[in-house]
Amino acid sequence: MKSNTTRSRVYRIFSIVVLVILAILFLFPLYWIITGAFKPAVDVYAQEPVWWPTEWVQNNFKNLFNKRSAPLWEIFVPFGSFFNNGEKVLLSAGPSAPAAFRWLINTVFMSVMAMIITCATAAMAGYALAKKRFVGRAILFSLIVCAMALPKQVILIPLLKEMAGLRLYDSLWAVIFPTVGWPFGVFLMKQFSESIPGEILEAARIDGASEAKTFITVVLPMVKPGIGALAIFTFINAWNDYFMQLVMLPSGSNFTMPLGIASLQAETSIDMGLLMAGAALASVPIIIVFLIFQKYFTQGITMGAVKG
Amino acid sequence: MAKQQQSKMSRALQRRENVAGYLFMLPSLIFFLGFVIIPMFICIITSLTNTNMHDPGMFGSFIGLKNFSDLAKDKVFLKGLTNTFVIVIVSVPTVCAFSLWVSSAIYKLKGPVLSAFRCIFYLPVVTGSVAVTVVWKWMYDNYTGILNSALKSTGILEKGINWLGNEKTALWCIILILFTTSVGQPIVLYVSALGNVDQTLVEAAQVDGATDLQVFWRIKWAQMMPTTLYILVITTINSFQCFALIQLLTAGGPNHATDTVMYYIYYTAFKLTEQAGHFGYANAMGVILAIFIGLLSALQFKLAKEK
Repeated sequence: MKSNTTRSRVYRIFSIVVLVILAILFLFPLYWIITGAFKPAVDVYAQEPVWWPTEWVQNNFKNLFNKRSAPLWEIFVPFGSFFNNGEKVLLSAGPSAPAAFRWLINTVFMSVMAMIITCATAAMAGYALAKKRFVGRAILFSLIVCAMALPKQVILIPLLKEMAGLRLYDSLWAVIFPTVGWPFGVFLMKQFSESIPGEILEAARIDGASEAKTFITVVLPMVKPGIGALAIFTFINAWNDYFMQLVMLPSGSNFTMPLGIASLQAETSIDMGLLMAGAALASVPIIIVFLIFQKYFTQGITMGAVKG
Repeated sequence: MAKQQQSKMSRALQRRENVAGYLFMLPSLIFFLGFVIIPMFICIITSLTNTNMHDPGMFGSFIGLKNFSDLAKDKVFLKGLTNTFVIVIVSVPTVCAFSLWVSSAIYKLKGPVLSAFRCIFYLPVVTGSVAVTVVWKWMYDNYTGILNSALKSTGILEKGINWLGNEKTALWCIILILFTTSVGQPIVLYVSALGNVDQTLVEAAQVDGATDLQVFWRIKWAQMMPTTLYILVITTINSFQCFALIQLLTAGGPNHATDTVMYYIYYTAFKLTEQAGHFGYANAMGVILAIFIGLLSALQFKLAKEK
């Protein structure tokens, strides 16, 4: 018995040590991005790696923001060209701003839009799937589950043709709409809506509340944690969905952060300091968002898997 | 009589449920059908045609299964398929085993420590594939990369290795990055599954004198089977879809050593010079990939059910 406990203690110490080493290794790329972004060229090209910048410089960020410029704010009005003789309808405003700034704005706009529309539609659909006994519900639900196992990228090329037909190609909406269509959100919200007690809905109905009112006043407050989880999940996924952005957004004024860095990499694959500045600008905001909302996020991941 | 009345009542109720249900489903259905299901059908149909990017119409002319028979002879595609399977076969078990070990080591830790570890292992996912790829490219770099200089200074290597430019190492470099970006979600899932294991069973086994290892395999592992299954499926899908890493690091090279099906789809549709924009051919690959993933998911479900 005694040897057993000492052995388990040794094992515990050993596992903690290994965990800490692993954690350092996992944090290292991020550390390397952030320090790299502030390193002077001498440090970046040093033969021996420079673990800590000899001098913190803002040169890399200056270079990044000097690259190109674009109007600060430009919104593509979806389907606008159908009413404007085939011309794109663009609402642009603001002075010229650095392209990198514009990438950031594009990415935020895209992620926020995808998040809002996904949460709204998925909350309604999830509630219907969980609590309404309509005809065809089982078939719809199994269709949704099957579609979730489908690799998203496989449908990207047909999606491109479809977007060209809808005249949405090369606009942020071409990324937003398919993100909203992805059925994970509906699945997640169904899981959360299952826990709403039927008696409460029944009581609301007897009180004469309409379906819409029941949904807003009774259902929504009860699935709030689910919406929180879905919101943060969609936001991060939309922000980082590089392949979809690559296919749908060919022109520079629509670039997002990931596309922007990728284009920088293609142009100057050796200026590592500049690339790290871009990578830092792309990843630090989303990491901060993640750290703030990580409680919701973990909940979303686990709820999305139960009975999955 | 009573039954008849009830069914009449429920018919009115049923109609009400139908209307409300579909109204609630409608906004989501528009997006789901429009941007997931319809493209899926277009994908299947165009895989039987010679559609081109430059065609004005949606579909070119029907050529039957020619795309598929061409694929069977396409050496690059077959190489890509092999590489894809190597990635899946290596990364899925290692991701599963690694995340299971990490989770069992951290799930009993105190709240803040636990969530700190969970966050750290999830960070590479959040950082985003492009930022992660760019920094790894630097670390792998032949001259200024940290990997070479670390290995040289510890005396493991005498001369630096061109990690990404070498046919033998390139694919493993990609698998390593893929690994760091894949373990985050499984760890979150395993930690929560381990927390949900029925404690009374564990205690009963301990009273009967079971060792920790026995408790783990006989009780915890058995109870976590659904979680493991889900992790297997999502990791498989993730590994199949690995794209940004390859496009940005090696572009399929050197000498197709890191070509995967996903990358070749993109390459055929947008880059390949002689067949540029050959959507039909690319979609045929997409169909094959979807079939493989479907089969693997079904197999994993079946295996887990039997156990």
